[in-house]
Amino acid sequence: MNGNIIKIEVKGLNFYYSGGAQGLKDISLSMYQNAVTALIGPSGCGKTTFLRCLNRMHDLYPDNRYEGEIWMDEKNILQRDIDLIELRSRIGMVFQKPTPFPMSIFENIAFGLKLRGIKKKTEIAERVEKALKDAALWDETKDRLHGSALALSGGQQQRLCIARAVAVEPEVVLMDEPCSALDPIATAKIEDLIMKLKKNYTVVIVTHNMQQAARVSDYTAFLYLGAIIEYDLTDKIFTNPTNKHTEDYITGRFG
Amino acid sequence: MAISLKKNPVDMIFSFITAVASLSVLILIAGILYVLFLESSLAIKKFGVLQFIASTDWDPVKRLFGAATNLYGTAITTMLSLLIAIPVAIGIAIFVTEIAPNFLKGPIGIAIELLAAIPSIIYGMWGLFTLAPIMSNYIEPALKSTIGKLPLISILFAGTPLGIDILTASTILGIMIIPFTASVSRDSFNLTPSVVKESAYALGATKWEVVKSVVLPYSKLGVFGGIVLSLGRALGETMAVAFVLGNNHQITTSLLDAAATITVTLANEFTEADTDIYLSSLFYLALLLFVMSFITLSIAKFFLIRAERKFSR
Repeated sequence: MNGNIIKIEVKGLNFYYSGGAQGLKDISLSMYQNAVTALIGPSGCGKTTFLRCLNRMHDLYPDNRYEGEIWMDEKNILQRDIDLIELRSRIGMVFQKPTPFPMSIFENIAFGLKLRGIKKKTEIAERVEKALKDAALWDETKDRLHGSALALSGGQQQRLCIARAVAVEPEVVLMDEPCSALDPIATAKIEDLIMKLKKNYTVVIVTHNMQQAARVSDYTAFLYLGAIIEYDLTDKIFTNPTNKHTEDYITGRFG
Repeated sequence: MAISLKKNPVDMIFSFITAVASLSVLILIAGILYVLFLESSLAIKKFGVLQFIASTDWDPVKRLFGAATNLYGTAITTMLSLLIAIPVAIGIAIFVTEIAPNFLKGPIGIAIELLAAIPSIIYGMWGLFTLAPIMSNYIEPALKSTIGKLPLISILFAGTPLGIDILTASTILGIMIIPFTASVSRDSFNLTPSVVKESAYALGATKWEVVKSVVLPYSKLGVFGGIVLSLGRALGETMAVAFVLGNNHQITTSLLDAAATITVTLANEFTEADTDIYLSSLFYLALLLFVMSFITLSIAKFFLIRAERKFSR
């Protein structure tokens, strides 16, 4: 198993929404390179809020406020003068619901590549093909690359979004309940994909599904009311949690 | 207790009143159409349909009338005003939905609505006393001496800049329809799912790239509907144009010439119509305008309904 190099280190992170409500309380944890870190916890505990701190998504809306530090490659990404465009090009994100753009399958993936300034048509075509193959979507779409992405099924759309996120070769992939809108077969395909992805990327995944966290992740953090209750190797969390809260949650007695 | 089949009488009266109110609109439209047909029947008989539309005659002395000059004036001022209004309006809509900080969104939205609430006669007066002198003294000479010198384009700027012309009228019309295009575009932009916008931002897109590749494709139907709606507005606008267009029945290639639109002709000439055929021809023009407005509004509705359906799925 991988995971000895720290990729992202969070130190004393507090997050406040525009109304002043505190979303996250003094979060500190390290996420390891080429490992999958799962964030679990009841609805409203701050999992997604935390995930969206990592690529500064909260900056899209006014008056959200961060405190603390998030270090990635010796840079504090919460610094004011960080280039968010560049940061987000290094940290990909997959959302809860599939979010294909209103364009063709090919264009959906080429979109990110073009944003990186890749102009050569042959290179774009190669990387689109590779991304679709990585996302196990190539066989289903190779004959309809120029058809609308909106015509794909939900599971295919979500794999397209993963392909889109990895096509630009980010270092970290954030996933916000990527399977919550999918059926079990599509979910299994995405889970396979996540386990393959960690060879090349650092993955952080939010999930409501305990089995999914146990299956795909190397590390698991249990959040409750905006704070981290327990963070450890997934095996440890699921077999021998130290905190009573964690145990109650993963066994389904609360939450 | 037995289940009663009879409706509550208060409810029935209420239903009846609302039904009458709604039906009266249909009856009103039918009545207007009937009057327009009736009053213009003399001119329809004398000039026919295609002949009337194609004829450039407008000669009260010889009693020969045709709609071509008015149709041309209406078409050119409408098109030109759209050319002026669309870029500004879409710019406003993009700024308000995607770029403006929250504290600016409200004031700008109110300002746009106020622009729509100004009576058109005030636009007309402003056009005559303020804009026309500015146009004739500064803008039109400047246009003449720059792009007016280019071959082909020079045709558009031939003649003396007097300020009472197609260009001034179209500018005022353009300003008048900006709020309609802007507010419909803004509403369409807001229909773009925020999670799709977020995923574009998450890929490292800039605001411009998100607007260009995600927001505009998502809302193009709605924006188009808004443009056609404004087109309908511009077609029927009278007072603002009447002051600065000059009421001149001619087809001119120069934007610095006076012209006439259907509405301006109607506003100016009803009091002068001294023969039955003159009066009937004016009603005929009104009928044509009615039909044109009806068609453009139908097209606008069609696109707006399709845009809404796309998102309710």
